[in-house]
Amino acid sequence: MLATLLEAAISFCLIVGGFFTLVGSIGLVRLPDCLMRLHAPTKATTLGVGGVLAASLLSSLARGRFVVHELLIVLFLFLTASVSGLMLARAAIRLRLTSRAERPTPEDRA
Amino acid sequence: MLGLALDFAFLALAGAFALAALRLVIGPSAPDRILALDTLYVDAVAIAILLGIRHDSLAYFEAALLVALIGFVSTAAFAWYAALGAPER
Repeated sequence: MLATLLEAAISFCLIVGGFFTLVGSIGLVRLPDCLMRLHAPTKATTLGVGGVLAASLLSSLARGRFVVHELLIVLFLFLTASVSGLMLARAAIRLRLTSRAERPTPEDRA
Repeated sequence: MLGLALDFAFLALAGAFALAALRLVIGPSAPDRILALDTLYVDAVAIAILLGIRHDSLAYFEAALLVALIGFVSTAAFAWYAALGAPER
């Protein structure tokens, strides 16, 4: 019973991880300009890899040995995705790559 | 069930690899290409972890950690270089 439940949880994490990784790459190809394209891989792909790492954590738990290496990788990836996203956005702004999105107006704040 | 989910995850990551490689080839500006390369690194981490699940081996974790480290350092270096004004543009 518990083993079946654990296997279902691992499968769910794997499917969520694969789906979001794919969504991130589709966004990388489909979105219209550079600053918009920055969104897809830095958010969706990071979440997808987090799902895969959660599946790996659960699968090592299911095999009777608890390993926390995955937590190290997931912490590192979640920390560095934001930093590299920031650096790429700064590079895009320095290169004068403008976005096609409309500028926010003061009414947007309300 | 687990085997099917693993197969789905491998297929999804193969698709993600292909699409990121497409953006790496067609990307009009330098930050696009750097972002595609960063996505490829992150996908490689996910592939290594999936191989570790499938083969029930611990050796893949170290590979995944190394790929993540090298990916971040190379992305930071490329982004810093592009911010200086890459000769490509």
